[in-house]
Amino acid sequence: MHGSHATGSPYAPHTAEDRTAMLEAVGAATVEDLFDIPSDVQFEGSFDIDARTERETRRLVRSILGRNDHLTELLGRGHYGYYIPSLVDHLADRSEFLTSYTQYQPEVSQGFLQALFEYQSLLVELTGLEVANCSMYDAATALGEAATLADRVRDTTGHRVLVPDLLREERRSTLENYVAGTALDVETYPVDDGNVDLTGLEATVDEDVVMIYAENPTVRGTIEEQLAAVGELATANEALFVLGSDPIALSLLERPADVGADVVVGDASVLGLPTSYGMGLGLFATREDYLRQVPGRLVGASEDATDRRAFTLTLQTREQHIRRERATSNICTNQAWVALRTAMHAAVLGPSGMVDLAERDVRRARDLADRLDDIVGVKAPVHDRYHLREFVARVDQPARAVADDLEDLGFAVHVVGDHGIQVCVAGVSDDRIDRFVEALEEVTR
Amino acid sequence: MTADRSDDSDPAQSRYDQARYVEDGEYEPLLSEKDQTRVEIGAASDAGDDDSTSPLPDDLTRDSLELPELSEPELARHYTRLSQMIYGIDSGPYPLGSCTMKYNPKFTEDVAALPSAAVHPDRSEASVQGTLGLLYRLQDYLARIGGMDAVTLQPPAGAAGEFVGIRVAAAYHEHNGEGHRDEVIVPESAHGTNFATAALGGYDVVSLPSDDEGRVDLDALEAALSEQTAALMLTNPNTLGLFERDITEIAEMVHDVGGLLYYDGANLNALLGRARPGDMGFDVMHYNVHKTFATPHGGGGPGAGPVGVAEELAPFLPAPRVRERDEQSKAGEPIYERFDPEHTIGKVHGFDGNWLVLIKAFAYIARLGDAGLSDASASAVLNANYLAEQIEYDVPYGPFHHEFVASAGEQDAADVAKRMLDYGVHPPTTKWPEIVPEALMTEPTEVESKDTLDRLAAAFNAVAGEDDDTLADAPERTTARRIDQTSAARTPRLSWQALEDES
Repeated sequence: MHGSHATGSPYAPHTAEDRTAMLEAVGAATVEDLFDIPSDVQFEGSFDIDARTERETRRLVRSILGRNDHLTELLGRGHYGYYIPSLVDHLADRSEFLTSYTQYQPEVSQGFLQALFEYQSLLVELTGLEVANCSMYDAATALGEAATLADRVRDTTGHRVLVPDLLREERRSTLENYVAGTALDVETYPVDDGNVDLTGLEATVDEDVVMIYAENPTVRGTIEEQLAAVGELATANEALFVLGSDPIALSLLERPADVGADVVVGDASVLGLPTSYGMGLGLFATREDYLRQVPGRLVGASEDATDRRAFTLTLQTREQHIRRERATSNICTNQAWVALRTAMHAAVLGPSGMVDLAERDVRRARDLADRLDDIVGVKAPVHDRYHLREFVARVDQPARAVADDLEDLGFAVHVVGDHGIQVCVAGVSDDRIDRFVEALEEVTR
Repeated sequence: MTADRSDDSDPAQSRYDQARYVEDGEYEPLLSEKDQTRVEIGAASDAGDDDSTSPLPDDLTRDSLELPELSEPELARHYTRLSQMIYGIDSGPYPLGSCTMKYNPKFTEDVAALPSAAVHPDRSEASVQGTLGLLYRLQDYLARIGGMDAVTLQPPAGAAGEFVGIRVAAAYHEHNGEGHRDEVIVPESAHGTNFATAALGGYDVVSLPSDDEGRVDLDALEAALSEQTAALMLTNPNTLGLFERDITEIAEMVHDVGGLLYYDGANLNALLGRARPGDMGFDVMHYNVHKTFATPHGGGGPGAGPVGVAEELAPFLPAPRVRERDEQSKAGEPIYERFDPEHTIGKVHGFDGNWLVLIKAFAYIARLGDAGLSDASASAVLNANYLAEQIEYDVPYGPFHHEFVASAGEQDAADVAKRMLDYGVHPPTTKWPEIVPEALMTEPTEVESKDTLDRLAAAFNAVAGEDDDTLADAPERTTARRIDQTSAARTPRLSWQALEDES
């Protein structure tokens, strides 16, 4: 066994004898001699970080995170905490999955490549588009990549990217950073009662538009009813129609390919990740026409020397490590392990499980809205629409105070304007929803 | 996975064999080949909607969904089999140059899985004081380690961190009325992400050649610098493993023309506790916390790429950041709050980046402390120099920090890599940087023992003595044999649907 590591890295395995032998082999007296750092930039100070045992470190993290309140989160808006089957944690945590790297040597990476190929296939079925990559960072960065794709593939010139004026500010801001190096400008089109205002959109679209973005469901949880018309408008103006969604919504709602979507983006971590302070998995699927302009990694099928089917990263000449400044994206490290978890979660649910989950949320959101609507001083939902899993309710009292009072009772909701609260049923148990109804009754009394 | 250690006198004979599942002549089938189930959707009826009918009208739903539907035991076996066909750092050494594939301590997984870590990003500040407190501490740790004044944790990967660095630099120049600066200088040995990032940021990329010793050519730098220069993106030590000894002069030259110096943190593992980018004159840097601080790479992510900046750039960092308020809680604890930097570039991620990775990085740093961090760089540098000494391939340049680039000479570096797989080790990064012909870019990291390095060297040396035919036939002991990458690209089949269409 190796010696004590009281003062060194506990994960560096050298004994004093090893060190001596190795230094001798390289012809150095001390390890310090190996550092070729001019004296004026050598660091002589301390970070003031004490080393801890593993147990002490766990206690430290637990105590820091212990200050988080236990709340039932009815927050949604693109980040959901669905129940994750135990199989996902146990198998995704197998160390070969967790401790491997990008599959640059496919012959020893078949398992991960196949899992990613299966993930891509899941997205192909969900979107109806022919090509899906094996991850972006999250929905917002995938939207940014969609805009730069539109900039590359559009035949005619143009600089306008249209997004709904009701969009998470974070997504819009991320998009603006992604297009900052292009000539594209992000502009908005109007939304009416939570959904695309088609007349308003028509009025702003012209041949200078390279991309129209819409979401289904919307940030307010409403289901869009005129997506095919948006698709036609985009086609008529030679703009890309980019649709934002997620795998649970896509299990049930209209297939993006059927409404003319050219690109589907969104957050796929709705399956596979718990609420993790916004960590995500950017979904990116598109039509085969744009295959060679797709950002990110693609896994393809091929054959090995025994003519058996085998998988490999492919079309890498699009990627930054080969194409450098002419790459389709700068992405390198992506969200591969999250994609694995998403594929696993989807596999456990199966198609009927996914559809059931989506349908159940539609019903649960509607039922909750009905119950809230029965409370005096509450009207729900505010938007006269179909809802997937979240909706806005009007409260007569100041919404901020209602939300604060709810938080004191253990529930987190969004505030919308002066008199709106937005609630989401995804991942929340029926029992907790019952208590939430009671809590809202109490705080609006 | 058993290693044949029957002949301990010849480490090159040490073998690692992966599982190989074959059914009907093919490797482990796809889920879709085991089962496909079509669910019909949209059976809404006017009779109302009990649980058997769709709660939405037909025209808002798809017609059907067709995916595999297998039992949990079948899935458990499928994914277990897939895992057995993967080489990870827990399987053996993984000396991919510039990727810093370290052993990942197991306890960090447990702390990231704490129920108190699972919070929604839209929660109120008051209810997530634990999360904000951990982020604040990690910002502080990273600032100290990098010698930087302010840190954002938002970028979800190293390349995303580069992008933030470039956007911050652009905003800074713009703010100072220097928006005309449209060039970013990148050494030709730099990571591909640097070029792609600068281009994504809208800059013209000026490629900088190396001098005869593999370092920045100061004359070439002088020629490249101008009033157009927005930034120089540099990594130190560079991708050849060489420390840029003239760094102080380089920083002065860049600053003299009004440019900013960007540090690519991919190689920070070599410097922990020995030197800090901030002290060298770097204005912006990213940290690859998944590399330097041993968080698992997960088959290609998630990582996290926090960005540190000097004081004058702090107002431009992404929003929000975390700070400590002046007053304390009733219990005497600090209170944390989010804030938007004065001239923020806005958001670069829809929420706040890869939180679970940040927890692991924090736990790793807290575990090692000063002594452990500086021992990590010491051992990494010792390992690189030792391995470079043991292998029979030519290793130009030197002295080395945490990585070195050997040349396969007359052999094809990609073939060398395939053959090394047969010796039960993962090969180095190949064919890059192009400065070294048939490059084998090797980074053993600090976690490999002398014994493992000896076996790794034996694998290099065994392959060095082999003929081209043997190399071209390799690998022969892996799950799959040599895979035809040309046909994969020529006829892209990217989903099981594409395979079905073909058959």
